Amino acid sequence: MYVAVKGGEAAIANAHRLLAEARRGDPGVPDLAVEQIAGQLSLLVDRVMTEGSLYDPGLAALALKQARGDLIEAVFLVRAYRTTLPRFGAGEPVDTGAMRLARRVSATFKDLPGGQVLGPTFDYTHRLLDFALAAGGEVPAAAQAEPEPGPAPRVTDLLAGDGLIEPSPPEEGAPVGDLTREPVDYPADRAVRLQALARGDEGFVLALGYATQRGYGRTHPFVGEVRVGEVEVEFTPEELGFPVPLGRVALTECQMVNQFKGSAAVPPQFTRGYGLAFGQCERKAMAMALVDRALRAEELGEPVASPAQDQEFVLAHCDALQATGFVEHLKLPHYVDFQAELELVRRMRAEHARQGEGQGQAQGQGQGQGQDHLPSVEAVE
Amino acid sequence: MALAPGLRDPVHDAQRVFRAVMDALARPGRVQALTLTLSPPAPLTPELAALALTLADADAPLWLDAPLSASPEVAAFLRFHTGAPVVADPGQAAFALVSDPARCPDFAEFAQGTPAYPDRSATLVLALDRLGEDGRLVLEGPGIRGRAHLSAAPLPPDCAARLAANHARFPLGIDLLLAAPGRLAGLPRSTRVTEA
Amino acid sequence: MPTATSTRSPPRTPETEQRRAVMARCALATREELRAALDRLGPVDGAEDLRPAETGLVMARGRIGGDGRAFNLGEMTVTRAAVRLSGGETGFAYHLGRDREKARLAAILDAVWQRPERRAAVEAALAPAAGRRAAEDAAAARRSAATKVNFFTMVRGED
Repeated sequence: MYVAVKGGEAAIANAHRLLAEARRGDPGVPDLAVEQIAGQLSLLVDRVMTEGSLYDPGLAALALKQARGDLIEAVFLVRAYRTTLPRFGAGEPVDTGAMRLARRVSATFKDLPGGQVLGPTFDYTHRLLDFALAAGGEVPAAAQAEPEPGPAPRVTDLLAGDGLIEPSPPEEGAPVGDLTREPVDYPADRAVRLQALARGDEGFVLALGYATQRGYGRTHPFVGEVRVGEVEVEFTPEELGFPVPLGRVALTECQMVNQFKGSAAVPPQFTRGYGLAFGQCERKAMAMALVDRALRAEELGEPVASPAQDQEFVLAHCDALQATGFVEHLKLPHYVDFQAELELVRRMRAEHARQGEGQGQAQGQGQGQGQDHLPSVEAVE
Repeated sequence: MALAPGLRDPVHDAQRVFRAVMDALARPGRVQALTLTLSPPAPLTPELAALALTLADADAPLWLDAPLSASPEVAAFLRFHTGAPVVADPGQAAFALVSDPARCPDFAEFAQGTPAYPDRSATLVLALDRLGEDGRLVLEGPGIRGRAHLSAAPLPPDCAARLAANHARFPLGIDLLLAAPGRLAGLPRSTRVTEA
Repeated sequence: MPTATSTRSPPRTPETEQRRAVMARCALATREELRAALDRLGPVDGAEDLRPAETGLVMARGRIGGDGRAFNLGEMTVTRAAVRLSGGETGFAYHLGRDREKARLAAILDAVWQRPERRAAVEAALAPAAGRRAAEDAAAARRSAATKVNFFTMVRGED
């Protein structure tokens, strides 16, 4: 039987008004502008774009304001907005080798063309709270230096020649799987896995990547390169038939290089894991690259024994929105379900007590007691 | 390139046409009204154009039969207004526009879907001259109380045999939309068609 | 349906490359810069909308390993416009973001550029925006360059 209950409209409307007031906070403090969020909480904005799977800093900032800073709620808002828009098509794949670099570091090669460029990083900071920021005030201008001309090739391109490192899987023009259009089939193609990881929850992907380092699917990783910067994006509209430049997007790319002892078919070499994210999301791109490599276990003939190597475990649980939807729905009314469970437990306890009596007194005195301690639900509302 | 305009009110016109398509497929053989003000380039009929503009997009490729693909204006019109790729291989199309139904390729050349995803199949849109709720085609199956009758012309000479073969592949197979001036009917793969 | 290959193959003539360069300048300009560029060109006769400017999505794609097989990264908001001038020239614009007015201004500039005798004027009108962008890029590159590590090696031992 399905029982529908009504009521609470006024309470809901008032709760939303109260939410608006709570969101605004102390009216004596200036309202937070969306531009301030986009400009000053930019890493949070980047994370909403990456996990919301929508590149639009203004929308991500607005979502954060509306969500009172709740990251997953902001992702929810962005994903919902996205469903209201038509998709014109898919862009040309970006060329990260032509990135305008804001930052580029390699943990494996000290001297590489283009050099080690730290950019705006928390690395090497002391992690001491800076109370001067609370006081406000002027920020000293960044230093400047003459840039070196010439490209900064991807580290993996530099190594590709001598066979010590595996090449990227070649482009064969096959259709590109899209998990927002077709349900995921297992085993999932690597392209679909990367799409899922890219929009996956940073905390979840980070924890799995960490688990591989601690031995749950070890991959012996080195950071070949992390690069952050802007790339041109292009799209070929059907009516024009040539790629139209759309503008630039900021991206973070991580090339993880992993030791591999080889197999019957392949001599020992370095294998690779790959991470790519919108904006500056280094931790995400690195964790993604670790998990991407771990998920290649079967392809590389390694035992699949740990969660990070289990495609279905990773892909079915990495999406923050799906996870929160299923967890958070538990707080919505389940009065009737619970009433039924309560009846069931009462009957089982009665049955249990009867069997206890039949088997004699030796089993203990407490059996059958406590039945009255269960709360009784008085009304379904 | 003198590009003809698309639907006058893109959102509401497309909703109206979509509703007619849904009703046509839910009630096979019942003729739906399709009133439009499109003037697409020939030989694309206003009905074919309206259905393409309603149903096709970047994720739903179009296939055009020989007379339609012979006209660059038709392809330009469809590309501009739908953004859909126009494909040469009928097996890649989500929707096929057929202006000359008597010479329609075999239904088996179009995507039939897979047992796990029968929806990954093609819908063929045929431009007809006449369509009525009487005639020698007898329809039975889901959405039909008892039997329905349909007259439709022109159709391929062996149309009844083709429809029987298509029905036999259920849940795989193609679906048909029949579009005559101002009128629309559907023949989904679930409908059994015989000739009286 | 699987992603299908269109029957159309991209014509990449020198003229197309030139047009793409103008489109890139428009995409990286601000709305105000595009308005100023149109003002510099003088009155444009009767631009009519072929399709109302609209915002939609384009799926951004990366390549596995940076240079391998393509995969879907996530979508981007993109706004497009298509206009026709009274002379019949059609102009298009597709830009990141949600600025419909900006896309329409760029579509008009693209349409004017279709007239061979106006090409130089359109490119000149966009020069200030391109110059501003180049200066900003150069400044960003100089700030990044100051964070480049200069290694020095300390010799240990006798060998």
